[in-house]
Amino acid sequence: MWTIGPIGFAAPWLLLGLILLPLLWLILRAVPPAPIRRRFPGVALLLGLTDDESQTDRTPWWLLLLRMLAVALVILGFAGPVLNPEDEAPGSGPLLVLVDGTWADARDWQRREARIDAALNEASRAGRTVALASLTDLPAEGLTFQAADAVATRLPTLEPMAWAPDPEAQTAWADTLNGDFDTFWLSDGLARDSRAPLLEALETHGDVRVFESPRPVRALRPARFEDGDVIVTGLRAAPGAGASATLSAVGLDPAGIERQLAVTEMNWEDGAIEAEVALSLPPELRNRITRFELSGIRSAGAVTLTDDALKRREVALIGPGGGREELQLLSPLHYLEQALEPTADLIEGTLADVLLANPDVIVLADIAALTEIEADEMLDWVRAGGLLVRFAGPRVAASDIARAEADPLMPVRLRAGGRSVGGAMSWGEPKALAPFAEGSPFFGLPVPDDVSVSAQVMAQPDPSLAERVIAQLADGTPLVTRRDQGQGQIVLFHVTANAEWSSLPLSGLFVQMLERLAVSTRPAALEAEDLAGTTWAAREVLTAFGDVEEAGTLPGVSGEALAEGTPGPDLPPGLYEGEDRAIAVNVLGPEDGLAPAIWPDRVPVEGLQVVRETVLKGWLLGAALTLLLIDILAALALSGRLGRSAVAALAAFALLTSGTPPAEAQEEDFALRATSEVVLAHVLTGNDQIDRLAARGLFGLSDTLFRRTSIEPAAPIGIDIETDELSFFPFLYWPITADQPIPSADAYAKLNRYLRTGGLILFDTRDADTARFGSSSPEGRMLQAIARPLDIPALEPVPEDHVLTRTFYLLQDFPGRHASRDVWVEAAPPGAERAEGMPFRDLNDGVTPVVIGGNDWAAAWAIDEAGSRMVPIGRGMAGERQRELALRFGVNLIMHVLTGNYKSDQVHVPALLDRLGQ
Amino acid sequence: MSQPAALRRAAHELAAPYPPLLAEAEHLATTVLLGEHGRRRAGIGDTFWQYRPALSWDEARAIDWRRSARADANFVREKEWQIAQSIMIWVDSAASMGFASVKDGETKASRARTLALALAVLLIRGGERVGLSGRRLPARSGQGQLVRLADLLSEDGTEDYGSPEAAGMLPHSRALFVSDFMGEIAPVEAALTRAADRGVRGALLQVLDPAEEAFPYDGRTIFESMSGTLRHETLKAGKLKDRYLDRLAARKDRLDRLARETGWQFHTHHTGDSASAALLWLYGALERRV
Repeated sequence: MWTIGPIGFAAPWLLLGLILLPLLWLILRAVPPAPIRRRFPGVALLLGLTDDESQTDRTPWWLLLLRMLAVALVILGFAGPVLNPEDEAPGSGPLLVLVDGTWADARDWQRREARIDAALNEASRAGRTVALASLTDLPAEGLTFQAADAVATRLPTLEPMAWAPDPEAQTAWADTLNGDFDTFWLSDGLARDSRAPLLEALETHGDVRVFESPRPVRALRPARFEDGDVIVTGLRAAPGAGASATLSAVGLDPAGIERQLAVTEMNWEDGAIEAEVALSLPPELRNRITRFELSGIRSAGAVTLTDDALKRREVALIGPGGGREELQLLSPLHYLEQALEPTADLIEGTLADVLLANPDVIVLADIAALTEIEADEMLDWVRAGGLLVRFAGPRVAASDIARAEADPLMPVRLRAGGRSVGGAMSWGEPKALAPFAEGSPFFGLPVPDDVSVSAQVMAQPDPSLAERVIAQLADGTPLVTRRDQGQGQIVLFHVTANAEWSSLPLSGLFVQMLERLAVSTRPAALEAEDLAGTTWAAREVLTAFGDVEEAGTLPGVSGEALAEGTPGPDLPPGLYEGEDRAIAVNVLGPEDGLAPAIWPDRVPVEGLQVVRETVLKGWLLGAALTLLLIDILAALALSGRLGRSAVAALAAFALLTSGTPPAEAQEEDFALRATSEVVLAHVLTGNDQIDRLAARGLFGLSDTLFRRTSIEPAAPIGIDIETDELSFFPFLYWPITADQPIPSADAYAKLNRYLRTGGLILFDTRDADTARFGSSSPEGRMLQAIARPLDIPALEPVPEDHVLTRTFYLLQDFPGRHASRDVWVEAAPPGAERAEGMPFRDLNDGVTPVVIGGNDWAAAWAIDEAGSRMVPIGRGMAGERQRELALRFGVNLIMHVLTGNYKSDQVHVPALLDRLGQ
Repeated sequence: MSQPAALRRAAHELAAPYPPLLAEAEHLATTVLLGEHGRRRAGIGDTFWQYRPALSWDEARAIDWRRSARADANFVREKEWQIAQSIMIWVDSAASMGFASVKDGETKASRARTLALALAVLLIRGGERVGLSGRRLPARSGQGQLVRLADLLSEDGTEDYGSPEAAGMLPHSRALFVSDFMGEIAPVEAALTRAADRGVRGALLQVLDPAEEAFPYDGRTIFESMSGTLRHETLKAGKLKDRYLDRLAARKDRLDRLARETGWQFHTHHTGDSASAALLWLYGALERRV
């Protein structure tokens, strides 16, 4: 193969054909396009006429160039050009294809597979035997070299794992290798201590080639909590130019559906390896987060699971109201706030507000009585799993709460008054705490000596008291009592939450007690001692591709292994559950870092994205063929054989494909036109003459309305009920022709919706009702056919007191071009009676949905462009009077449409005035 | 025209009792209403003109005895002079007339023949005598003449361009030349002057194809006459258009002038237009002063 730059030629001697091109130029240049023979009698007149330009007997230069180019492309094409030809010498002997198979491989696993496939193909061509091994899933018994085809069938089963290779197993495996083979190592690009020994071991057997992906490796460290924000740290293996990735926090929404709860950008600055994102989330949202992930990277490293360490309980603190101007240190809530703030989210507010927020814990400091509603709601909340912690205090002691009978919101009954010990007016010393009994949640906590209690409320002794006490004083009186209520608990500290009655809130014990009560959570740090001897079960595991899967029946994991936190085959990354908490094991620990793998110079390292050999023959020949096709068209055009019709068709096609305005724009335009002003509309019947008359009629009516009333309509619009939106129009004029099509079902649905929502359709059969409501005129039958599926109420001829007779003008009949009296509107309700002293009945409350008649109103209304009447009406002045009445009917009708029964309501004005007068 | 086709056509015409050309011509002729045709003078004819007192040179058998019996004097019954005019027709049958720019469109020859025969139908209905010039068919009247006319008009010539024949024309008769007048102008001139010398008046009808007026050609083209004897090659036919149209206009102008000088009338008809209009013009041109 002979190469120029990146292009090689399979048959380079064919390129000699390019020398012929200038010769071809000369030949082609001398041969003009073939003439057309035409029979033409007028040739006698043409004799003797010579062509003006003598040049045209040669082929035009651009056509020549086109042909030369085509021929050149053909020659180049057959010379077999190949872009980026691969002419490496294939090796020989067995080949080991070694894959790291870690989570860092997963991000472009498919490409790695493709690359392995290519390597296998290459080996297959060269007749080499191949063994395939993954460092995270080492074959148990050394290497078996097989035919490349056989190995290729096992390729789909090769999968990356979500952990790094085990160095010891790797060393042990390397020792078992024997024989000579070349190695093709697909590295995941991350530095590992175990790489160098393995590389050395492999080099003793043969050459090693390394492939690495140039794509950056990115990963997340576990999220941590800091100053109220969730901090997520992103890592990348190689420092480089600034980059960014989308970080999303995923969790269950209130409906239990997993979705992205928050999305933010993670930006690496120039040269930085780490990037930090601080997420400030509402606690409700934050507690729902189950994992953070970098979008678009399918790798376990780009996912970090969160565990309880990130969850913070919501604690509502409610102190006694009243706004006492106390010193801050005397505030009943001060010590609670101090104790809880680092580990919990505090909510303050009124009880009603707090309950809406559904906190995990509510602390009532010295609050005795709740209102009944509050108590009920509180009880519901406790039963649903809430933890209510109450502190005693002067108010509780002074109140009657839980005195006579057990209060559902108190764990025990209380005795009146409480007691005070060790004060100035009492005997005895302040009492110390007794050690916590086994079975108490506080069991195991050391009791400091300096905690003393000087006052407390006393529990009423009863048989159940003993089991409810979880902490007591040295003298056996209960200090903390607890009772289960539904799924929740009620805990009462028999002392105040401040240091008034005891020094408990001043001690560290207070904080620990709150922790034990799960009012606050434990700090995140996990101590190996804590975990020693425990067994944890995986609930969810992370695949190398970053997918979270149900763990199924994986064996339990010991607490020691968990404390070590290094994922491996025995400890796949995931979420592990113990007795009372969950711990996440992530691919990267909080201290882990990433670094790019450094290979010695002797090892050839190639990017994963090898430049593939591309055969250009097809493209070149295709281009030549295209040029020749263009040449045909050009030659035809030159010799006048390309018909004008063909050119016109091409041009029309181009116009058609490019110039059609989008339908949406048209619809928008239509909607704007119809809604920016009041517009009367008529239904297009398909009969041009009638449609035009209807349009002009509505124009005439609009004109009249404009001049006489405050309605100022824009030019009317003809609408197609099949396609156009009707709801823009208050009024539709529908002339009926005998041959118009019946609307489709969709159009009927639209029409019915239109009628129900207050539209009015004026049906005009234009036949003067010769057949007395249309039983036998063709238009009448058509109207019946059209109106049958319409949602039209019962009709009656316009009664004398219908609001149509007086919306603007006082009218008694409604002529158009014809003067028939039969105009039908919605029938009055049967019970409509004329009230005493009223001139009219109190008729329908809305606008009649239809007006049906046959007076050909549009003809009477119609004016042409010059403003003169288009259709003669009647004879002489009587006809003009009839036209005037027709216009007045139109005005009344539009007034009726737009103002409804306003004029009917005017009937009541005297009565209203009368009442006002009294 | 190829031999089998000519044979077939002849056979077809023989078989048909009413030649299609004639039928078409009859159809076209019905579009023209006949006007008055009497000479408004006493003479030989069928229609009563007047009674006049018999004069001494009147033969006795000329006296109308029935009229004379009602008066003392003798009367001669005169009839209106109805003279039959001879109209000689020449229709170009040359190959150039076989041109039609549209595929399967009407050729110039077909249009020319239809028009000529339709005129003959009209004239024969009016009692005129119609014949073909060049002594091919003497002028006669009667329906039989139409069949003979149709026969002779259907013949196709072989030469490229036809030239009118003025031979066999009666003095002071009328004549009609139908052609495209694309060939040499001299024979036309000669025929016209010869006819004019004999007092023959008439009409020149130039039948052209729309393509001959529009010249819608472009590109490298070899134009050939219909029989292929003449040819002209051009590289850019579109560039020739203006000059061709100039020449065509000059040709028309020449014919028009020639017609005016000899007292003839000239009209150009396109096969794309309605034949009735041309027939009306023809009828008017020949009716005038007949």
